[in-house]
Amino acid sequence: MESRFKRALNSGKFVVTCEVGPPKGTNIEKMLHHIDLLKYRVDALNVTDHQSSVMRFPSLGGCLSVKERGGEPILQMTCRDRNRLALQADLMLAHTRGINNVLCLTGDAVVVGDHKEAKGVFDLDSVQLLRAVRQMEAGEDLAGNRLDGAVSFCAGAVVCPEAKPIEPQLIKFEKKVEAGAEFFQTQGIYDLDNFANFMQHARQFPVKILAGIILLTSAGMAKYMNANIPGIFVPQNLIDELASAGKGQALQKGIEIAGRMIAAIKKEKLCDGVHIMAIGREELVLDILRAAEI
Amino acid sequence: MRSITRQKPFTEIEESLKRFNQVYIIGCGTCATMTKTGGIDEVLEMKERLEGLEKAVTGWTVVPIACDGMTDVTIKENERAVRKAGCILVMACALGVHRVTMYTSKPVIPALDTLYMGVEEKPGHFKEVCAQCGQCVLGETAGICPLTACSKGLLNGPCGGTNNGKCEVDKEKDCAWTLIYQRLKLQGRLDLMRKYHPPKNHQAAPRPKHIKL
Ligand code: SF4
Ligand code: SF4
Repeated sequence: MESRFKRALNSGKFVVTCEVGPPKGTNIEKMLHHIDLLKYRVDALNVTDHQSSVMRFPSLGGCLSVKERGGEPILQMTCRDRNRLALQADLMLAHTRGINNVLCLTGDAVVVGDHKEAKGVFDLDSVQLLRAVRQMEAGEDLAGNRLDGAVSFCAGAVVCPEAKPIEPQLIKFEKKVEAGAEFFQTQGIYDLDNFANFMQHARQFPVKILAGIILLTSAGMAKYMNANIPGIFVPQNLIDELASAGKGQALQKGIEIAGRMIAAIKKEKLCDGVHIMAIGREELVLDILRAAEI
Repeated sequence: MRSITRQKPFTEIEESLKRFNQVYIIGCGTCATMTKTGGIDEVLEMKERLEGLEKAVTGWTVVPIACDGMTDVTIKENERAVRKAGCILVMACALGVHRVTMYTSKPVIPALDTLYMGVEEKPGHFKEVCAQCGQCVLGETAGICPLTACSKGLLNGPCGGTNNGKCEVDKEKDCAWTLIYQRLKLQGRLDLMRKYHPPKNHQAAPRPKHIKL
């Protein structure tokens, strides 16, 4: 069965997704609140999987909550914590519970997170995981055994349009397309000219691209991301714009910038939609959408 | 090829030797000498430190190659001193520890942690280059091993953590897949990077690994 998200991708409309981050602990109230706020305002909600290698409530659990509350979940799955048996098992569980969108990720390294002595699994990588999804859809597990009941997913992946050098990143992008990725959510982008160049390349392939929009909360945060987050490049004029906002106004400015970028992407039809990351401030996604007039 | 070792924290060695008052020490003249973890100087220093703990060192030796069968001969030659000891403290890599274990019924205690198989790139710099995975792909990755040089051991290209040629786990560390890309490009073999590598067979050599000729 086609997922609701897949129908949205194929409808030709400007698609919007955003994220919910499960909590560290069993108090899921805030996550449920975010889900309720956003579930009818976006086409699908990604649920992050131990984001930045920090141990949290599971992505699959968050996706079940989204589903129960009438939203459309995208299951984020990294290869860091589970071997091929566990990944396949979780895909089957997701399928039986009506979770039919999956984002296949390699996952951050263990050492950037909070359980630094853990074993990084990486039995599969993102390309192999995408292929595993397709193989299971064909009714076969990774060992070639027949499944009594296949899965079905709208499967996606990520790409980093600002990576330097870009060529290895594009080769990997193409490998993901060949492996069966139907949609891509990009790493945060800020330079629309660069992004347009990337899109010119990406347009050759039959995939939907959602531009990653990370909310900037201050000039300091933007500089921090430039220095520390791979593949993020916030141009100086945006940093200046944030810095020039009055005291306590930087966040508002960040919302304005995000709204402006989304509106421009939509107007210029640069790609098929956006993926908004407000990192812990998910309630602000509504303000961003308002600023973008969506 | 070198077996790269690091001396265990002395408190850990002290703890493992708690029940032994007489100790015989064996160092290694090859890898552990090169890495300055089990050569003559380190063995003598260890002897002094153990004596500082009121232990009797009944004897010591640095065998030429601890992982070699000749170690048996050395142990036999020093039989009297070995017999007096409650245990043998081995300042060689784990291969040496295994060898010594084969040739004596005494308890054998490792003084070193064995880290990896490496090569000496330049004096004092030991780099891991192979994890002995049993399915070598070096022919397709321009001679750079993605299992050891990439922090995640990825087979199908760079992750999203690569940044200006560096790896997300350490800004000083080169991203293996950027290096592989650059070298393949230089060799005009970039098509190899587009090749799909299926999931690795982790049982390429079954555990416990053992080959009989
Ligand atoms: S691929 Fe790497 S780990 Fe495997 S045998 Fe070759 S060098 Fe060793
Ligand atoms: S940045 Fe490069 S070396 Fe580091 S984990 Fe990713 S692909 Fe591997």
